[in-house]
Amino acid sequence: MSVFLKRVQSGEVMISDGATGTYLQENGLEPGGCPEILNAENPDLIQRMALDYFEAGSDIVATNTFGGSHYMLAKYGYGDRSVELNRLAAEHARASAPEGRFVMGSIGPTGEFLVPSGTATEDEMYGAFAQQVEGLAAGGADAVCVETMSDPAEITLAIQAAKKEAGLPAVATMTFDKGPRGFFTMFGTTPARAAEQLAEAGADIVGSNCGLAIDPMIEIIGAMREATSLPILTHVNAGIPKIVKGEIVYLDTPDYMAEKMKAMVDVGANIIGGCCGTGPDHIRAFVQVLRVEA
Amino acid sequence: MTSPTEPTSETSPPKTAEISDISNPLIRDEIEEYIEREDERQEIINLYAQARPFLQDMAASIIEGAHETTDSLTEAALKDGIDALEVMDDGLIAGMAIVGIKFRENFIFVPEVLACARAMKAGMKHIEPILSASGIEPPGKVIMGTVKGDLHDIGKNLCIMMLRGAGFEVIDLGVDTSPDDFIDAVEEHGANVIGMSALLTTTMPNMGRTIEAFIDADLRDDVKFMVGGAPVTPEFADDMGADAYGDNAMECVDIAKRFCGVQAKG
Repeated sequence: MSVFLKRVQSGEVMISDGATGTYLQENGLEPGGCPEILNAENPDLIQRMALDYFEAGSDIVATNTFGGSHYMLAKYGYGDRSVELNRLAAEHARASAPEGRFVMGSIGPTGEFLVPSGTATEDEMYGAFAQQVEGLAAGGADAVCVETMSDPAEITLAIQAAKKEAGLPAVATMTFDKGPRGFFTMFGTTPARAAEQLAEAGADIVGSNCGLAIDPMIEIIGAMREATSLPILTHVNAGIPKIVKGEIVYLDTPDYMAEKMKAMVDVGANIIGGCCGTGPDHIRAFVQVLRVEA
Repeated sequence: MTSPTEPTSETSPPKTAEISDISNPLIRDEIEEYIEREDERQEIINLYAQARPFLQDMAASIIEGAHETTDSLTEAALKDGIDALEVMDDGLIAGMAIVGIKFRENFIFVPEVLACARAMKAGMKHIEPILSASGIEPPGKVIMGTVKGDLHDIGKNLCIMMLRGAGFEVIDLGVDTSPDDFIDAVEEHGANVIGMSALLTTTMPNMGRTIEAFIDADLRDDVKFMVGGAPVTPEFADDMGADAYGDNAMECVDIAKRFCGVQAKG
């Protein structure tokens, strides 16, 4: 079994990293610009980001490859550079990782719908994930994190690609919204059902990220825990963005979130980290509350 | 199966129709099971009670997402001489009205809505040429686009399907739409409702910039802006001077109706 999975399954609560997009935007990424091309064009920044998170106390850092499928890259004219950009991202994170820490290859949604809802075939979509996995594995990733997904068929293809193409442990997370009848993905899956489906699809670790603030996320993780015995990962936004003096800000402070992370662990999370709006300061606060003070 | 031209049991429906006035059993079941708000329920019952049984069947095919059935029923209805506008209102739009409510209330989700929209499209392809040939104007024209710098379009596309399902003409500007593209589209198409979408917090401010560009071009008073997208909030919409915020595709249709002065049927 992989060293990474052994650590996770040892029962120790692990701390992951904060947002990638937020960090890059604070460091010059244009609004709506392509984050992944920076793996080739600004390697120093990508390595520094990973180092900042490791130094803040992250046990695991995710690669800058969320939009690294050829489908997403093609929107910026980089559709033929998926393998390369994924490999570079994993290499950069690896280069910054101290001994005993982990690099998790991020895979986000392709933005396409499978037939009959859309035009992508399962083979085509699998091929896109296989390219990402190939690059991430070549660059030294310890695991793949398929994240922010809505379509059970799409996330299953990505999990299968991680296992078949590189034999890497697969983390799989979905994004939920709160509607009039509770928490659902865009495709209508509840947190409990998602935990079951992801386990059936072969995920080693399941979970949820993005979309909501930390209180509803605690409810979601609690519901997933009741449905699975697998380890659970959650990456939480720093609240819902607000406008302050014309600027968009996420208001949930490191201390506020860190305090709530105790409850997150109590309901069953095994790996905790941040999503949109979080940064190294949030990770430092999580470490303080869950490690130093615990 | 009923014949296309069979008239409804009552030529002028009672003001408050009963669910038993609806002939199609699937429609009756759908209303019983999914339409919970009293006002909406009565509106939907009135709408269907005055519709020909054949067009109720067509609406049912849309709700089931059976695009081949919708295709052939629409063709048959028009061939039998039923007015294209009636086919659209009582068949296609009535069907999408139930679909929209089920979506808003979490009874169905994106894949089901896409299937229903596909069925609606299969019907519209027969109706559209007739309506445009006879010079019938849609209830309103709406320009839709994801703002500059943002390449996400799933939410916007759902809104467009629902708008078209409600009979609107929609000009889709796609993703990464600059303020100038929005202005050009207004001038070209004479539309007065603009819907702007954003998924990224970093591109949300481009909604405000687009509105400012309309002010600078002296066009702000000619148009109404509605905005939506995952990170967008009512406060944000207010802050940047939009006219309305929509939380979901159904609200998008309600807002467009309000802006275009469309009265609810039934």
